[in-house]
Amino acid sequence: MVDSNLALKKLKEKFPGSVLDVKTFRGEVTVTVSKKAIVEICQFLHSDPELQFHLLTDLCGVDHFQKSPRFEVVYHLCSVKNNQRLRVKAGVGETESILTVSSLWKVANWYEREAYDLLGINFENHPDLRRILLWDGYEGYPLRKDYPVEGPDFDKPFIPEA
Amino acid sequence: MGIEEYVGKTPLMPALDWVVNWGRKYSIWPVTFGLACCALEMMAAAAATWDISRFGSEVFRPSPRQADLMIVAGTLTKKMAPMVKRIYDQMPEPKWVIAYGACACSGGVFKTYSVVQGVDQILPVDIYVPGCPPRPEGLLAALVELQKKIGKESLLDRKDVRSTLELK
Repeated sequence: MVDSNLALKKLKEKFPGSVLDVKTFRGEVTVTVSKKAIVEICQFLHSDPELQFHLLTDLCGVDHFQKSPRFEVVYHLCSVKNNQRLRVKAGVGETESILTVSSLWKVANWYEREAYDLLGINFENHPDLRRILLWDGYEGYPLRKDYPVEGPDFDKPFIPEA
Repeated sequence: MGIEEYVGKTPLMPALDWVVNWGRKYSIWPVTFGLACCALEMMAAAAATWDISRFGSEVFRPSPRQADLMIVAGTLTKKMAPMVKRIYDQMPEPKWVIAYGACACSGGVFKTYSVVQGVDQILPVDIYVPGCPPRPEGLLAALVELQKKIGKESLLDRKDVRSTLELK
């Protein structure tokens, strides 16, 4: 499967230094890449005439608490032309940021805002990086593993802003 | 101002209470308002099988300004709470609140950062209906209980409640 995957072959040829790891599970190919080259790699996967990954089905963040790098941004790509899917991962440290891909896929705008909202991953050059699900003025990032599920103010009475 | 200034002085007060309460309790108009899955049970209660109109509450008002009852049906998130409070504030007195379902009563299974742990933190709740979700019969039972409660109210009491609210 890995050998026959065209996207993987092309990626390895084009970015030999940036492809860090390849995993295959039940026919799903996952490529871990360096976060510095994420925009170039996505640009290539998007615009290469043989690949044409025009559809970003999902973009999400993962918190690997107490591991380094702490966060991971996962891109789920789909090529409508080839009926092929590809998962691209990039690690992001706690104090680091990653470049946005919202210029390639418009949908990435809201996905990145969601990852920022719930995990606090910072996306550089994002046109409008603010909270999308939680309300304005919320402090903290609730999907982080070290965030208490009940929130910090659980014992205090809740008073809504008028 | 209004009828409240004179009602305390008249010996006909109990009779007046009875008439006013009779009118109020058989025409409780709920505001059209649902938050989560419990709202579907509320809609079922309004539909033909259970038929909430048997108790005088068939007129679900789309405007809070025409409603007497707020059925808080579903999970109240902290993001939604200001809007719910605002809708409640827009309802004219007298008004009542039913907390419908486990989430509205106490937060239910959502002991989390984003959910209000019971609507009684922001609204004065009259009747609690537990269940996840409660059957439409539960809502009808709550409505009957509310009618009993309204039947025991006095105009004078309501005036007290109102003045304390305004003093706040």
